[in-house]
Amino acid sequence: MSTLSSVVAPSFDVEKIREDFPVLKQKVHGKPLVYLDSAATAQKPFAVIDAIRRFHEVDCANIHRGVHELSQRSTAAYEETRAKAKHFLNARSKDELIFVRGTTEGINLVTSSWGRKNVKEGDEIIISAMEHHSNIVPWQMLCQEAGARLRVIPMNERGELLMEEYAKLLNPRTRMVAVTHVSNALGTINPVREIIEMAHKAGALALIDGAQAAPHIKVDLQALDADFYTFSGHKVIGPTGIGILYGKTKLLNAMPPYQGGGDMIKVVTFEKTTYADLPYKFEAGTPNIAGGIGLGAALDYTNALGIEKIAAYEHKLLEYGTEALLQIPGLKLIGTAKEKASVLSFVIEGIHPHDIGTVLDRQGIAVRTGHHCAQPVMDFFNVPATTRASLAFYNTFGEIDALVGGIKKVKEIFS
Amino acid sequence: MVHDLYQEIILDHSKRPRNCHTMANATGQADGYNPLCGDKLKLFIRIEGDIVKDASFVGSGCAISTASASLMTESLKGKTREEALKMLDKFHELLTTDTAVSQDLGKLVVFCGVRDYPARVKCATLAWHTLKSALTNNAAEPVSTE
Repeated sequence: MSTLSSVVAPSFDVEKIREDFPVLKQKVHGKPLVYLDSAATAQKPFAVIDAIRRFHEVDCANIHRGVHELSQRSTAAYEETRAKAKHFLNARSKDELIFVRGTTEGINLVTSSWGRKNVKEGDEIIISAMEHHSNIVPWQMLCQEAGARLRVIPMNERGELLMEEYAKLLNPRTRMVAVTHVSNALGTINPVREIIEMAHKAGALALIDGAQAAPHIKVDLQALDADFYTFSGHKVIGPTGIGILYGKTKLLNAMPPYQGGGDMIKVVTFEKTTYADLPYKFEAGTPNIAGGIGLGAALDYTNALGIEKIAAYEHKLLEYGTEALLQIPGLKLIGTAKEKASVLSFVIEGIHPHDIGTVLDRQGIAVRTGHHCAQPVMDFFNVPATTRASLAFYNTFGEIDALVGGIKKVKEIFS
Repeated sequence: MVHDLYQEIILDHSKRPRNCHTMANATGQADGYNPLCGDKLKLFIRIEGDIVKDASFVGSGCAISTASASLMTESLKGKTREEALKMLDKFHELLTTDTAVSQDLGKLVVFCGVRDYPARVKCATLAWHTLKSALTNNAAEPVSTE
């Protein structure tokens, strides 16, 4: 079965890539680590680890304020990441890219700032049936506060959004459509371009949760025309605690600040404060400087490999994994959309995911078990939880074979 | 190895749980929930005087939580309220400390392997947390392991 790996373009040398990821070299419970939990967080290459270390060892200073050499170096390195992110996302301007802690904060920034100003009683917000809790709860909180209504695009049993139902939900009261680009629990790639276009036609804005998309598929903000787009650094092989929120200049300029404090101001008196221009208006306080610099290194690494090549390789892995898992009797894939990325979520008849996860762990195989912060998705499929193997470009066909072997062992124990 | 966790008795009770039914004449009941794995449990007890005459449960859970509920309901019968609460303490100690395994726990000692799997302690204790709630209050809110 592993002959499939020879089909992959020779330029994608996964064994060489793996050398860059120190975490992958270890044994867990005496077995080589098989890391299949990249949808939770991706592993980091030396390039990222070294960039963070270099910042702390050589350039450590606060940014934007100092005239001294170190501060200038750290400011340059941190701001360089914004330029790299502009290129990564094909944004129009780096001033439209705001550093946040991650996708969750990106969404909360929009609900708090844009939402409180623009969403009124009787208005409607549309999300989808496959959202992560982080793209449900902030909107729910906003709707409760404003007296607005939260509406949900349903999906079919393959985990695909019902676009006709979505069309019916749109109406003149719709203020925002907030959907995920790629589902973390199912792997579905949503037709976000079409979703955004339909929202715009109805006079609404669109926010896209890009947490699971940014690591796996090309994101072209100018082609998508999203009003807001957000992703987390740690899922694109960067550090935790840093992410990006993109917003259109016109919208960001009209929004009130998210948090007040240092760095987001021009002039402060006790009577009045003039806020800084974009993007700093939304960046109060000393940010995660090391994280921002680490994210820059992560984007460089990803760009050097090429996101299209990454996507092509991961797609082959996913196809191989899908076929292999479907041959296991009693195993059911949860999420079988035509367009999918990275995620193999499954249940096995009569065996709880938590037990599957424990037995796999003892074989060195790291998967995620649980509701994946998407309880409504679990309710829809009528399962308490699933086991999720999620792939990244550093995974191999051999690791999929190891997963299949691990699941056979699980079945032996619980049969 | 993983068989230290999934001992025969545990596998047996997870596949064929005992006392797995509702109880019409229960004197107490409580709901338990483990948000980590989505395990849900409803526990019923019938106490006469101070003695647990019967205990049962329904719910969905992993092998550890199902076997724990099954074995717990078996061990409770005939115990006083105080003895039941004392068992809970001992059971918790069994799972979370390195102290010598107390033989008072009878069959429940099969869960001692759980101490090497910290992520699974909550699975094993869900039924017992729910028992505490059933014994000590009129739990309107489900007890959660979180």
